[in-house]
Amino acid sequence: MKRSFAVLALGIGLLAGQAMAADAVKIGMVTTLSTKAGYLGEDIRDGFKLAIDEEGGKLGGVAVELLVDDDGRKPDKGKQIAERFMKSDGVKLMTGIVFSNVAMAVVPKVLREDVIYLSANAAPSQLAGKNCHPNYFSVSYQNDNLDEVVGQYVTDAGYNNVYLIAPNYPAGKDHLAGFKRYYKGAIAGEVYTKLGQADYAAELAALRATKPDSVFFFLPGGMGINFLKQYSQAELNKTIPVFGPAFSFDERLLAAVGDAALGVVNGSQWTHDLDNQANQAFVTNFRKTYGRTPTLYASQGYDTARLIASALKSVNGDLSNLQAVRDALKKADFASVRGDFKFGPNQHPIQDLYVREVVKDAEGKVTNKTLKKVFTGHGDAYAAECKM
Amino acid sequence: MEAEGTVSGAGLIAMQNFLTRKIAVLSTCLILLLALPVIMQLLDEPYLISLSSRILIYAIAAVSLYLILGYGGMVSLGHAAFFGTGAYVVGILASASFDASPVFSWPFQMDGSERLLVALPLALLISAFAALIIGFFSLRTSGMYFIMITLAFAQMLYYFYVSLEGYGGDDGLSLYSRSQLPLLDLGDDTHFYYLCLTFLLLFLLFCHRLVNSRFGRVIQGIRENEKRMQSLGYAVFGYKLACFVIAGAGAGLAGALMANQSEFVSPGLMHWTQSGEILVMVLLGGMGTLFGPVLGAVALLSMEEILSMFTEHWMVYLGPFLILVVLFTRGGLYGLLIGRER
Amino acid sequence: MQSPASGLSMLLFIEQILNGLQLGVMLFLMSAGLTLVFGIMQVINLAHGSFYMIGAYVAATVMQQTGSFMLGLLAALPVSALIGMLVEALVLRRLYQRDHLDQVLATFGLILFFNELTRIIWGRQPLFMDGPEWLSGTVELIPGAPYPSYRLAIIVVGIAVAVLLYLLFTRTRLGMQIRAGSSNREMVAALGVNIKLLYTLVFGLGTLLAGLAGVMAGPILAVESGMGESILILTFVVIVIGGIGSIRGALIAALLVGMVDTLGRAFLPGLFRLVLPAAQADGVGASLSSMAIYILMAAILVWKPKGLFPAQA
Repeated sequence: MKRSFAVLALGIGLLAGQAMAADAVKIGMVTTLSTKAGYLGEDIRDGFKLAIDEEGGKLGGVAVELLVDDDGRKPDKGKQIAERFMKSDGVKLMTGIVFSNVAMAVVPKVLREDVIYLSANAAPSQLAGKNCHPNYFSVSYQNDNLDEVVGQYVTDAGYNNVYLIAPNYPAGKDHLAGFKRYYKGAIAGEVYTKLGQADYAAELAALRATKPDSVFFFLPGGMGINFLKQYSQAELNKTIPVFGPAFSFDERLLAAVGDAALGVVNGSQWTHDLDNQANQAFVTNFRKTYGRTPTLYASQGYDTARLIASALKSVNGDLSNLQAVRDALKKADFASVRGDFKFGPNQHPIQDLYVREVVKDAEGKVTNKTLKKVFTGHGDAYAAECKM
Repeated sequence: MEAEGTVSGAGLIAMQNFLTRKIAVLSTCLILLLALPVIMQLLDEPYLISLSSRILIYAIAAVSLYLILGYGGMVSLGHAAFFGTGAYVVGILASASFDASPVFSWPFQMDGSERLLVALPLALLISAFAALIIGFFSLRTSGMYFIMITLAFAQMLYYFYVSLEGYGGDDGLSLYSRSQLPLLDLGDDTHFYYLCLTFLLLFLLFCHRLVNSRFGRVIQGIRENEKRMQSLGYAVFGYKLACFVIAGAGAGLAGALMANQSEFVSPGLMHWTQSGEILVMVLLGGMGTLFGPVLGAVALLSMEEILSMFTEHWMVYLGPFLILVVLFTRGGLYGLLIGRER
Repeated sequence: MQSPASGLSMLLFIEQILNGLQLGVMLFLMSAGLTLVFGIMQVINLAHGSFYMIGAYVAATVMQQTGSFMLGLLAALPVSALIGMLVEALVLRRLYQRDHLDQVLATFGLILFFNELTRIIWGRQPLFMDGPEWLSGTVELIPGAPYPSYRLAIIVVGIAVAVLLYLLFTRTRLGMQIRAGSSNREMVAALGVNIKLLYTLVFGLGTLLAGLAGVMAGPILAVESGMGESILILTFVVIVIGGIGSIRGALIAALLVGMVDTLGRAFLPGLFRLVLPAAQADGVGASLSSMAIYILMAAILVWKPKGLFPAQA
């Protein structure tokens, strides 16, 4: 019935059918649901939704309505959706963007329109440093964090001749820079590959020839799957250990890589086995609701929702005073599934960072196991550039 | 396939009916387009004004592709190269102006600018130049080979912009605001909408005059029979290249507007999937008239928007819809709306 | 990268040639089917990559259920052929007499449909797939450079397919009919050959080859929705360089593209380091090697506008 009503309304104005549930606080989620990276957005959304469902359609006791749309990983599409959320739906809180390039196209404009944006994943350095903004909060990390923790771990473990691989695009260079910030040894080689590259045979042969003592790679999504499978087929994993940030080792991706990832140590701010009450409840509920183990993206979506809940509760669902909402968010008065969590001066997390190892669990499933906490209360390198 | 056919006596009444229908449909569309911002304000949906600007811009790009595809028989899968080039000209000029540093200082100093009257002509010029180079090499081939060689050049440009680290590489370049123009505030969506509409109408008028000129007839003659035109003494290559360059400039115009509409440019604008999308707009709209591509752009983009409101899996519906259009409407959407001309 | 000793770099060069060969063979599996369909039926099939994806998905699913790669392979081949023939009968058959552009639009619609359908059926995350146990190790073909057995297997399969296709077209009655059907449709029909069925079979053969390529790619690449489009463009590059419709052209072009892509990635950054500062050289080298195959294609088409081996007619 609702559907046919909306179809009717489409004839005149495309969106006329949407003005329902007037009182609920609307939260706009621009995320990536299609393309090869669609599962990342799906997990952010599902984690976020779980928090809403746990409260029966509310966050912090305030009724909310979550609007989700797919940016198809295209910056201009993301921008179009954000505009619709702001202009048509009057959204004041936004979240959800997966990729830094989409974020850089969408977020600055959104912030200028007096909308609060809470990042549940992408956190490019510009938004942490000179372009930081009172309306912008990163609930996930700063992009380089997960590389920094690996850099420290690799140094501590005594490796001193590492080979670096990343795609040839700005994020690739940022991630390697993050690693190098804490890695103290020599660099055997540094290779930038084509974005979206499928075959790494040529790079692997060159890598073998330079005889490094370890490899650090940042190859998100399918590129990472390809790399790990081919690395293991070349039997390089038997002699040269691989390290990387968590982006190539989330639970759903590990299921696709299989045994080829076993033993790899990777950096993350969260793992499903972290021992705190909020996390245990989250992981149990997520598994019950969706039938799979949550990824770090899901944990970030969930934490974002819980943070919003704490702020909504504090202002009693009243978003008219933006300053009050910002102040409430800044307190980070919620139980993060990561344990200790607070915001630094640039409104990016100050949190513990871990390395974890890919292992086989009792049921024979390939999964992550927390190995050790490397940083306690770690911030980011750009906070000093932020004048807020 | 072609509008300008001779009409036999028997078909005269049918032709008249057809013309009335065509005029009725087109004038309704024009009135709707002119009144759209007012209607949207009344409906309290200002967002749709900005969406409509986006559609109009894609319509310009689709019309420019149709110029070479429909009239010249040159199917290009690299048209986004010129679209993206136009956008980057605006983006680079604006970012240089924002940083108060010259774009380049040798052999002469080129300063950045946020003025549309500077950026737009430059965007047209540079995309036309890009089309001249690419066309010069590509037009040696035809058919499927032409499709692929234009794609190759567009992909080269794509990777070139990906490697432009000074301008954001793959992340692209955010504009601080839209360009400036005397009398109009382009930051205002209604003003910007009318600017896009004006450009679309002007461009359609230009193309209409062009295809009905001697130049246009030669181009169509070449499409029908290249060898014959050659033996009649026409410089076939030159005509095709000129047409390709004009189309490139048209796409550059669309790109420059697009950079302003989204206040953002990135290499994604010239990826082959973008070329494919513009091509699909042209094909969906239907061949035979300049309004086909406009219709195609409107249909494809609004279907994406509407379907994605109902389902995340909108592509599973859009795909078969495209197939049905091919199988059952023979003239594309334009044929469905107005009827076949022959 | 330090410049390694010359003996070592010779070995590395040979290994990279082998890598180029393997990529080339993979591309040949894809392009053989596409160029066959294009050459014989004159139909542009953008959805060729979708059958590559279907092959990989079916094999991965069967492998996960049974644990056997070979069963996955055996299941994937007929499924991709059958779905191909179904698509031919439902959609493409009506488009043979139409403009190429109608075929482009319709097969583009097929891509959207198949990509989204896999997301609905299998979910958005990539799927797991592994090669057979007996191909999991490496072989030391070149001393000091163990080569993955699975990649060698791909090379063997590709060569076998090339030989089988050659035999099919030169030694069998069906092959002759297909070749005749491509040059003179009416005549073959007049001779009492069921041309409709023949076309359906050829299309099925083409999609079967695409499915085979998908299965072979599964253990080294991510099995995910949209995997077909990345290889589709490369495939088109190959058949255009080779000359559309020419299987021999496809084979040579596939090897050429495989070599240029692999060697470009392996050695271009190093070459630029000889003349440029390291950071700059890496950037220029990386972007030039991404463009390498497109530059190759453009150069060949400017030189030979109908590809290397233009098909007659």
